[in-house]
Amino acid sequence: MELLSGAEMLIRSLKDQGVEYIYGYPGGAALHIYDALFRQDDVKHILVRHEQAATHMADGYARATGEPGVVLVTSGPGATNTITGIATASMDSIPMVVLCGQVASHLIGEDAFQETDMIGVSRPIVKHNMTVRHPSEIPQLVKKAFYLAKSGRPGPVVIDIPKDMTAPNGRFEYEYPEKVSMRSYNPAVRGHAGQIRRAVDMMMNARRPVIYAGGGVVLGKASQQLTDLAHELGFPVTNTIMGLGGFPATDEQSLGWLGMHGSYESNMAMHHSDLVLAIGARFDDRVTNATDKFCPGARIVHVDIDPASISKTVQADVPIVGPVDSVLEEMLSLVRESEEQPDQEALGAWWKQIREWGQYRSRYHYEQNGDNIMPQEAIEALYRVTKGDAYVTSDVGQHQMFAAQFYPFDKPNRWINSGGLGTMGFGFPAAMGIKLHMPEQEVVCVTGEGSIQMNIQELSTCKQYHLPVKIINLNNQALGMVKQWQDMNYESRYAHSYMESLPNFEKLFEAYGHVAFTVTRREDLEPVLEKAFAMKDQLVFVDIYVDPYEHVYPMQVAGGSMKDMWLSKTERV
Amino acid sequence: MRRIISILMENEPGALSRVVGLFSQRNYNIESLAVAPTEDPTLSRLTLTTEGSDKVIEQITKQLNKLIEVVKLVDLTEGSHVERELMLIKLRATGAQRAEIKRTVDIFRGQIVDVTSTVYTVQLTGDGEKLDAFIQAVGTMGVLEVVRSGVSGIARGEKVLSL
Ligand SMILES: Cc1ncc(C[n+]2csc(CCOP(=O)(O)OP(=O)(O)O)c2C)c(N)n1
Ligand SMILES: [Mg+2]
Repeated sequence: MELLSGAEMLIRSLKDQGVEYIYGYPGGAALHIYDALFRQDDVKHILVRHEQAATHMADGYARATGEPGVVLVTSGPGATNTITGIATASMDSIPMVVLCGQVASHLIGEDAFQETDMIGVSRPIVKHNMTVRHPSEIPQLVKKAFYLAKSGRPGPVVIDIPKDMTAPNGRFEYEYPEKVSMRSYNPAVRGHAGQIRRAVDMMMNARRPVIYAGGGVVLGKASQQLTDLAHELGFPVTNTIMGLGGFPATDEQSLGWLGMHGSYESNMAMHHSDLVLAIGARFDDRVTNATDKFCPGARIVHVDIDPASISKTVQADVPIVGPVDSVLEEMLSLVRESEEQPDQEALGAWWKQIREWGQYRSRYHYEQNGDNIMPQEAIEALYRVTKGDAYVTSDVGQHQMFAAQFYPFDKPNRWINSGGLGTMGFGFPAAMGIKLHMPEQEVVCVTGEGSIQMNIQELSTCKQYHLPVKIINLNNQALGMVKQWQDMNYESRYAHSYMESLPNFEKLFEAYGHVAFTVTRREDLEPVLEKAFAMKDQLVFVDIYVDPYEHVYPMQVAGGSMKDMWLSKTERV
Repeated sequence: MRRIISILMENEPGALSRVVGLFSQRNYNIESLAVAPTEDPTLSRLTLTTEGSDKVIEQITKQLNKLIEVVKLVDLTEGSHVERELMLIKLRATGAQRAEIKRTVDIFRGQIVDVTSTVYTVQLTGDGEKLDAFIQAVGTMGVLEVVRSGVSGIARGEKVLSL
């Protein structure tokens, strides 16, 4: 057997795990590891400019591919800088492995230089975390970390690595374990057959069914199964903002997405349904609105890999714990075998009602405001220019909602956003992580002038590693989403929602070695986007000055049911 | 309703803090907590008492089960069970009080485990109510210090919580 130091074992374990890229930033406690990295070429390291960006890069990669992203940082400030990114991944169940340097074992607890209790600090926002106690454990712990991150309900895993564990003078027998098993961790491998049969019975007897599909469908690689089942049954489908692309948005049976800024028809259909089939979704408060008024006439089937997600906020009538792909497959074969079928007359009437809602208020709706470019039309133009086939990451704010509304996704893993934590600064590094792995794909970040400044330093990383992503800035010269709430709830008292001293973005991007265009007139919008996307080898920032007064609609009325919405500044239903 | 949740978990550093952290993180309350290794030194047995609606208790048990180091758990209050708590209580004991305290200790089937000329230290086991009742009974006699172990529990009959 080979004899390796702890640091060498760490890097070799990553290689044997199939890791190609890691994202990180060096520092004292991680230097043995960086030295081991230097002495090999298999695992490539991307030097970010801020550790938060490393986590979002890893996260973007994970969301686009389903594979865990890997981050390497030093102790103390290096580790704490990853916290926002770990929390972002945790809220959206994204697989990630974060390797943190730590001060040497004998210094732990002494408030040593750059010592932070990373295990304690990260505990509430990880799926699991662990400390290396002996260098020989490293391969085992790495294997375990990847297994935990990816299996069951995925999530981030932190490994805390005291500096002495990676010292170059130690020599240990290296062998990467083929697999791990843990007596205390056994995620469900299939759903309960009896429950699945009960659910199918309910589907057959439903008169006003809705399939409500979440991010779990994307994470669980079950889009095909979901689409097949929906087609077989002829049921309407609404996605959560995390689940976009899990069912093709341009499919006739798609109602768009649901919840706070979801489509009128989705929210109406949910409220009036008699059967909600929740697949890989978690009844988040941004979806349900007030839970006591949620879908009053509906029975609820809830399929999820995580038992704790079931009946957490809304009680399920038929809980099914299991991987969404296999549960959907079993449902589909039962539906196909069944002699029964749903009452076609009732279903027809239901669809007629849904179409009427759809006509009352076309899926997403906006009105022009003089010569101003509306943010929605900027997204529509982006959709046309990229032919609806780009990987679109987003930051957080109004632009995020407009992107989700006006860029219909037909494929899973294409819409990458921080839905759970709502992390401004996420979109750009996430796009970088995707572009790095998929240089042939069009990767675009939709952002706002507030959000982009939260990780703008990564322009330097893009220069170093040649990551020609496109950045579409919906520049409303305000923290638009905050301003919208201030308009609606605080009589337009704009407490700190202005951006009064924006940088000259063209000069800024130029300073970093990139290109930026400014668009202020409608007629320039599409030509400039065309020009930007034609520049395959350049990172291009398109700064689009959009109407600064626009709000995102529909917007659910706080404390109401799913159907209580503002449809415009003046119309409330 | 008050529940006794009994947990079998990996005897690893940090495991206990995950359980405790979960309760504060999710706004559940812990009333008492008792933990020690089992006959298998790789496992710890943790007993906690908590209060909440059925819905909250369901979430607590599900969230506890999600912790990677938790191997198994049971809500003992769902079935018949035995519940015990140990109390050590130090009482001022002088003059006539000495006999009075001794009598009360006997009634409660406690033991005096340490004696000085002015102090009795009493050991008592039972369910929480019995321990409360003892404190009430001796209350006027000068309680100096009370140490309670927190509740431990075990299911009656054949039912066991093991690997
Ligand atoms: C890190 C972080 N801080 C604060 C917020 C709260 N917040 C949500 S949207 C928003 C405004 C975002 O402004 P901008 O990026 O310009 O997007 P816009 O809404 O204008 O499209 C803020 C401050 C957040 N989501 N994330
Ligand atoms: Mg803005």
